[in-house]
Amino acid sequence: MSAIRTVVRGAQRRRVSTIVIVAATAMAVTATVLAGLLLAASSAPFANAFAGQHGAHLTAFFDSAKTTKDQAAATASQAGQATGPFPVAATGIRPEGLQGMPFTALRVVGRADPGRDPIDKVSLLSGRWARTTGEIVMARGDLRIAPGTVVSLENGSTLTVVGEARSISQTAQAWVTPDQAAALGQTGWQMLYRYADAGTVAAMTAHQTALGPAAQTQSWLGVRDDAAHRTQLFVPLLTAFGLIGLALAALVIGNVAAGTVASATRRIGVMKALGLTPAQVVRACLVQALIPGMIGAVLGIIAGDLLAVPLTADVADLFGTVPMSVTPWVDALAVVAAVLVIAATAAPAAWRAARLRTVDALAVGRTPLSGRGRLAARLAARSRLPRPLSLGLAQPFTRPARLLAMLLTVAFGTAAATFAIGLASSLRLVQAADQKPATSADVVVYPSRDADGSVPNPGAVIAATPGTGSYYGRGPADITIDGLREAARGTVTTGDASAAGYEMLEGRWYTAPGEAVVTTGFLTATGKHIGDTVTGTGHGPLTLVGEVFDGSANNHLYTDVATLPGLRAPFEWYVKLTPGTDRAAYLQTLTSRNLMAEATRAEGADGTLIVLNSLTALLTALLVSVAALGVLNAVVLDSRDRVHDIGVQKSIGMTPKQTAFMVISSVGVAGLIGGVAGVPAGYLVHHWAVPAMARGAGIRLPDSTIDVFAPTLLLTLALAGLILAAAGALLPAGWAARTRTAVALRTE
Amino acid sequence: MIDVVDVSRRYEGDRAALDHLSLQVAEGECLALLGPSGSGKSTLLNLIAGLDRPTEGSVTVGGTRVDRLGEAAAARYRRATIGLVFQFFNLLDDLTVTDNVLLPAQIAGRPAAGSRRRAHELLETLGIDRHAGAYPGRLSGGERQRVAVARALMNRPPLLLADEPTGALDTASGAEVRKLLIDLHADGQTIVLVTHDEVLAEAVATRTVRLVDGQVAVG
Repeated sequence: MSAIRTVVRGAQRRRVSTIVIVAATAMAVTATVLAGLLLAASSAPFANAFAGQHGAHLTAFFDSAKTTKDQAAATASQAGQATGPFPVAATGIRPEGLQGMPFTALRVVGRADPGRDPIDKVSLLSGRWARTTGEIVMARGDLRIAPGTVVSLENGSTLTVVGEARSISQTAQAWVTPDQAAALGQTGWQMLYRYADAGTVAAMTAHQTALGPAAQTQSWLGVRDDAAHRTQLFVPLLTAFGLIGLALAALVIGNVAAGTVASATRRIGVMKALGLTPAQVVRACLVQALIPGMIGAVLGIIAGDLLAVPLTADVADLFGTVPMSVTPWVDALAVVAAVLVIAATAAPAAWRAARLRTVDALAVGRTPLSGRGRLAARLAARSRLPRPLSLGLAQPFTRPARLLAMLLTVAFGTAAATFAIGLASSLRLVQAADQKPATSADVVVYPSRDADGSVPNPGAVIAATPGTGSYYGRGPADITIDGLREAARGTVTTGDASAAGYEMLEGRWYTAPGEAVVTTGFLTATGKHIGDTVTGTGHGPLTLVGEVFDGSANNHLYTDVATLPGLRAPFEWYVKLTPGTDRAAYLQTLTSRNLMAEATRAEGADGTLIVLNSLTALLTALLVSVAALGVLNAVVLDSRDRVHDIGVQKSIGMTPKQTAFMVISSVGVAGLIGGVAGVPAGYLVHHWAVPAMARGAGIRLPDSTIDVFAPTLLLTLALAGLILAAAGALLPAGWAARTRTAVALRTE
Repeated sequence: MIDVVDVSRRYEGDRAALDHLSLQVAEGECLALLGPSGSGKSTLLNLIAGLDRPTEGSVTVGGTRVDRLGEAAAARYRRATIGLVFQFFNLLDDLTVTDNVLLPAQIAGRPAAGSRRRAHELLETLGIDRHAGAYPGRLSGGERQRVAVARALMNRPPLLLADEPTGALDTASGAEVRKLLIDLHADGQTIVLVTHDEVLAEAVATRTVRLVDGQVAVG
């Protein structure tokens, strides 16, 4: 055993190599932990979160004017498990000091400690639970009010937000203490139920009916369907990142392990000469690869668990679930996977080392296996390239397996970057579509009233104002459509609303009353196609002449206001000015004519997009770093293997700059080919994942949002592989350049 | 041509490989440095080649203060001034004989056609032109050392430094290399030779200096 220890210790004395091996393994295991978490979080996120919170299959509200607390409590016997009744109040809130902002209506439930109830164990995301009156915990949703904020209520009183929480069953928009709910003006009681048979609509309808007509109920099936919509949107994205991460990690760890053994071959030769048996060689090699690998794995687990906190928070926000806590089984799997990959890749190298004749093992340490890469070396020598460059370019061909591993590492890194950049571009274009009316006009005029209460005709005023180019008005309208349970969200327009610039997926923009364009969501909900006609109350037959992409997943219909006689919609007017018009002066003119007008401006990215962008940036940075470390490790191993040759080259006149250039150019082939191969891979993943995400969201994307890669961008990304590889080679190039010639010549 | 003045080289632990040593070598001279292992012969050669720097003292070669050169300047100095021959040849095994010989010229950025002519001439002169396309691993020790000498002479260096050039060779090969060095010196090449081989020193050198414990042995 002591002989094995000698081999292992000797290898560990190579401090720089060991640090790089530990760092590369750590980074790869970090990526494995995060990729595992992504895959785990993407697998049935709603079901897992619902089970974790012991979610409510049925949430019932009983009006306190019609149902007493005891009557509400008595309904518990109808379910397998029930909790409540909890007092419910309705109130409007807004952050204190924002007098101009309207109150947001909230249904507030009084629960002493919702995290500990047997059903609907609400997860606290930040802050703490309400302990006393005057405190409120907000449900994480569209209305985000940070803990510490004081909110005003409609009755003039105030509450302090002390926490943010999420109920997977969506049982409330906010929680207060029961006493506070009573003080707000209790309107009813909430009961939460779980059933043994809750999997079908029929079963849930039967349970709802059994509670009687006094109960207003919400089934978990509806909540689940809404969640599935969000889940399907993001699963392809996270799955793609997870799989790329796992593949890259396996590649880097494998390369590190195999390289570690290969770099110790000469030492093994010496030990064999002194009597080490082949079996001892194999054991020594495995131990030697496993020790730094295991240290790296432990560090990687720690880093992965730390990074998992922001990552799982982002993922939970995307899925509308609660963040996964550190998952020991993912950590354990990552360690086991790392050990297996190390063992699997180190074992063949160890076996080779054990079988190598001692004399060959002694010789191998100095030079690469003879015969490999000679053609490349010959071709490079005959090229007109500067010699350090041609030496560097030919060098990796002496170790084709390492070259292949490096090439794949760069390819994965480039693919991840290509995918991420494409995804960000696509999402930006989707967001931009939503803001088309604002971005395609110069001025927006809001509906307003004259001081005497009459509604002016902004269209006429705009038309008469000098500087007006084109303009149109648009306003909201609920439009009933036969076959739809609820009215479609509609937009009615007057004037040439095609100027909004929405992209058409199919058909054309409407040109006359009686025609309409609709979103994909509308076609899906109604089962109609372009060219079909829809009917409904309040309007005549509507011919669907086009499918529009407006960036939303909603079921939306656009038509001319004249289609709906008698509708008085509050119009916003969008004006494109004639070239050379002074916008400030134009706005002043409109204001002087009693119109509320302002310059159009695009709103910032919405919350989901911000979360997506931050998640994508985090994962891309991680994967690119893993790839760069993989390259760094490979170049360190190569430089160590060739340090004697580097010494020879320096002894015959190679300067430090030329040495650094040679080492950096040694990753040129892998960088270039890896980059060129990684770009189409990332491109294909993007072209699969983005439409898959859109399908999950129930929208169809125009080609313009998917074809986001300009040729120059693709070329730049392909070259990014070269930059990534060069970045990974920079440190070892510096070391090689600084190595004293005499020291390098003495090194074996 | 070489002026070594009061040079010391100490390593970690304050062990002196060279201890206040002074030495001069004239142009066209062939100096043999003799001495037991650890006497400082190779260290002195490294200092002259600019591969290492003295802890104290100065090393001047052809008017250049070698001990003051940085790494890049030392590399340029070696290209222009020094040809190095090592005991274990130090040929690059993945390059052919010709490519090994061409390397110093290519690193120095010399024109390709001229360099090829020079390499061919050297291989022919040293009697190894039939191995031009072979890889060093296929050659005998003597042939490899001839390749190493050809490489050392590629840039026409005024000074050839040879560190135990016959140390790894059998008797016949050693004799070949000895004759080669005699011929080179006869053509006017300045040579500094580190060797244990008294026969080699006697046959080639015009002067012999014996080192003991980093100092020139007296007597």
